[in-house]
Amino acid sequence: MRAKRGSPTLTGLAFVSAAVSLVPLWYLGVQSFSKGLSPFLGEIFQWRTATLIVRSLVLTATVTAGSVLIGTFAAWVTALSGVRGRIALTIAFSLPLALPSYLSAFAWVSWLPGLSGFTGATIVLTFACYPYVMLPVAAAMSRLNPVHEDIARTMGRRQRDIMREIILPQVRRPIASGALLVALYALSDFGAVAAMRHEVFTWVIYGAYRAGFNPTRAATLSVVLVAAAVAITLVETFVRGRDYSASRGESERTRTARVSRKTYTVALAGSVAVLVPAIVVPVVNIVSWTGRSTTRDTEWAEVIGATSQSFLNGSITALVTLALALPVAWCAVRGMSSLARVPERLSYVTHSLPGIVVAISIVYVGIRVARPWYQQTPLLVFGQVIIFLPVMVASIRAAFEKTPRGLEEMAQTLGSDPFRTFVRVTLPIALPGLLAGSALTMLAAVKELPVTLLLRPTGMDTLSTKIWDFSTVSDYAAVGPFAVAMLLLAALPTALLGAMSAMKDTR
Amino acid sequence: MKPSRRALVVAIALSVVVSACASGDSTSAPDNDTSVTVYSGRSEELVKDLFDEFTEETGIAVDARYGDSGELAALLLTEGSASPADVFFSQDAGALGAVEDNLAELPAATLSVVDPRFAATSGRWVGITGRVRVVVYNPDLAPAPPSSIDGLLDSRWKGKIGFAPTNASWQSFVTALRVLRGEAGAEKWLRAFAANDPVAFEKNSAVRDAVNTGEVALGLVNHYYLLEKIAAEGPAAVVAKNQFMDAGDVGGLVNVAGAGILANAQHDEAAQKFINFLQGETAARYFRTRTWEYVLAKGAAQPDGLPAFEQLNAPSIDLSDLKSLEATQELLQKVGLLTK
Repeated sequence: MRAKRGSPTLTGLAFVSAAVSLVPLWYLGVQSFSKGLSPFLGEIFQWRTATLIVRSLVLTATVTAGSVLIGTFAAWVTALSGVRGRIALTIAFSLPLALPSYLSAFAWVSWLPGLSGFTGATIVLTFACYPYVMLPVAAAMSRLNPVHEDIARTMGRRQRDIMREIILPQVRRPIASGALLVALYALSDFGAVAAMRHEVFTWVIYGAYRAGFNPTRAATLSVVLVAAAVAITLVETFVRGRDYSASRGESERTRTARVSRKTYTVALAGSVAVLVPAIVVPVVNIVSWTGRSTTRDTEWAEVIGATSQSFLNGSITALVTLALALPVAWCAVRGMSSLARVPERLSYVTHSLPGIVVAISIVYVGIRVARPWYQQTPLLVFGQVIIFLPVMVASIRAAFEKTPRGLEEMAQTLGSDPFRTFVRVTLPIALPGLLAGSALTMLAAVKELPVTLLLRPTGMDTLSTKIWDFSTVSDYAAVGPFAVAMLLLAALPTALLGAMSAMKDTR
Repeated sequence: MKPSRRALVVAIALSVVVSACASGDSTSAPDNDTSVTVYSGRSEELVKDLFDEFTEETGIAVDARYGDSGELAALLLTEGSASPADVFFSQDAGALGAVEDNLAELPAATLSVVDPRFAATSGRWVGITGRVRVVVYNPDLAPAPPSSIDGLLDSRWKGKIGFAPTNASWQSFVTALRVLRGEAGAEKWLRAFAANDPVAFEKNSAVRDAVNTGEVALGLVNHYYLLEKIAAEGPAAVVAKNQFMDAGDVGGLVNVAGAGILANAQHDEAAQKFINFLQGETAARYFRTRTWEYVLAKGAAQPDGLPAFEQLNAPSIDLSDLKSLEATQELLQKVGLLTK
């Protein structure tokens, strides 16, 4: 008897989630065609638009390549190199997730003004994004069966060859899904390129608001970013290729802790080379701001209030995102028909939109169909969920992919229906991945600015709005305590992320 | 298979979503004029205390939503007539111009408080404060600083002028340059300026600090940056000085922050009181001592240590013409002064 895998309930829910993430398209459609088709086409088919798209794609490609390299290396250090203190290392490597790109960009450029431009934007974005590759890859690496490497080693293969021929092919999928998130992040980022004065496509979109006072133009140009996101998502589908490892079980035995001197040196030197630009440079600069002159004293009650508000908002966002992402990820991994993969692909489409565009589109939809919730927490959460759904989906998908299919099939042979199997068998096994995804989403939500700024209930202050507020008046001394609080708050989920991967070892 | 059980799980999942959503506090604004909703393009740090003083004076609570002026303009346009906003308090005239159709005409008594140059021709917004473009200079390095923008092109200042390419006031100055000298004239000046190797900084405050330490001799900033530093660090720590431009020179452009009332304002009476307050003496004192801006109300006292406002002779320009900021950015891009 062949086990039935599809679940209409879950597939239905997955499509609902995808529809939620596509809400901004409603606004973009209405707004960009509000003056008819020919102004729309005239805006898009311009030499300047083409130039900027190329500049954006070059930056996106460079940042993605850099993040894949650094992220895979960091994953190897924490999961495979055997170097001690992997929890601390994982936490340290994840810390860039806690730094908003505009903040670390400013930290860099205020220290080394000559860095502005493409170089600076690349550095800031790469070191901000590599954890999106590292986390899923490290999770996959720590589940690899060391037997294969041992066999290769006894056959005289060198470490480098083992990496290339045995390990990398098995982590191709997590690399691809991490790279997709990085690419979409780099495409939609404004904070880093603005501070670095590197003109890319998001510049014209923000310019259309801030300099042109022209939302129609911003919406029109955003359609181009949506198209780019669709293209990048298709590329990822192609790159991730066929399934290599989903049917494999957990590793049967733990990795032996033999670390050669050379491996140790490479891992240590590499980690320093990554952590200095990723963490030390921005953090040292930010902390040094607290020593600058200021006209105001730090009000610690404000710092604590904003911190707990950020924590609360981030937690709610993570929870709701998790609920919406579960069916999407499950269908992507276990769905029978090609239709079941559609929601997952759709959820990425709006991830390339800059935050301000998502924010304005939620305003448009919210004030029309959810007036009582307008400028209340539910719509704020809704806006953030749209932005971070792909982050969550990617984490959960990786977790589901590593869940042995055989167990589910066995449960179904024993009479459990697909939905029940999902709740009783798949979810518990994938739990660490779900927690990791939630932690990641919470981190991203705490940093998020444009949606929070426009959709928050009047009078609500979060860490990111406070940081923004002080940096607009160039009061970096006042920014300091809030930025440090953000780092400390972020240490919580990153510690969770670190513990997650460490737990795997002791099991 | 037990469908009821499945339904239960779905219900739980949904209730998590709903309850999480419902946890937001839903304090609705009172209907009478005991509160006013202000969209403020001026930052909380800059104006929050002033808003508190308004509440103290009038008993009307201020629900303020802070943001970038241009983004708030987009917000207002998107919300349309359903906007909860009563007042738009903008950092610049351009954003006010963009939402002019959504604003109500202000009473003549409000408009006549300022010189007609500092209010909308349509009468839908009014300027509150002004910031003047100046050359901040280090007297040790530049004993005789230029007093016109053409003086900045002298080769003796090569590599010695600081500016902030992304700053809105600098870009407003370039817009004014385009308006007054035409596209070709503006491009000519900008190319000559670029050839003089000006040094780019990320913020006006960084330009000012670089002039003060002698890293550069001159800086193109707004007048109040120097006063801000003197207030923070004391006069002894500040050697830099402000050079105001010759009469009518475009380098001495006056940018305004202004306000308007939404046509569909729910609290229109409170909104009018708020505008009156911004034009009144309490606010004037606040701006004089906290933001060191020029107060636009006719005959108002000005911050200490500044030339009288009437003496400034800013270039005559219609502030609504400063809207074409996008074209300015494209020109700056073209001559290589905006990005790298």
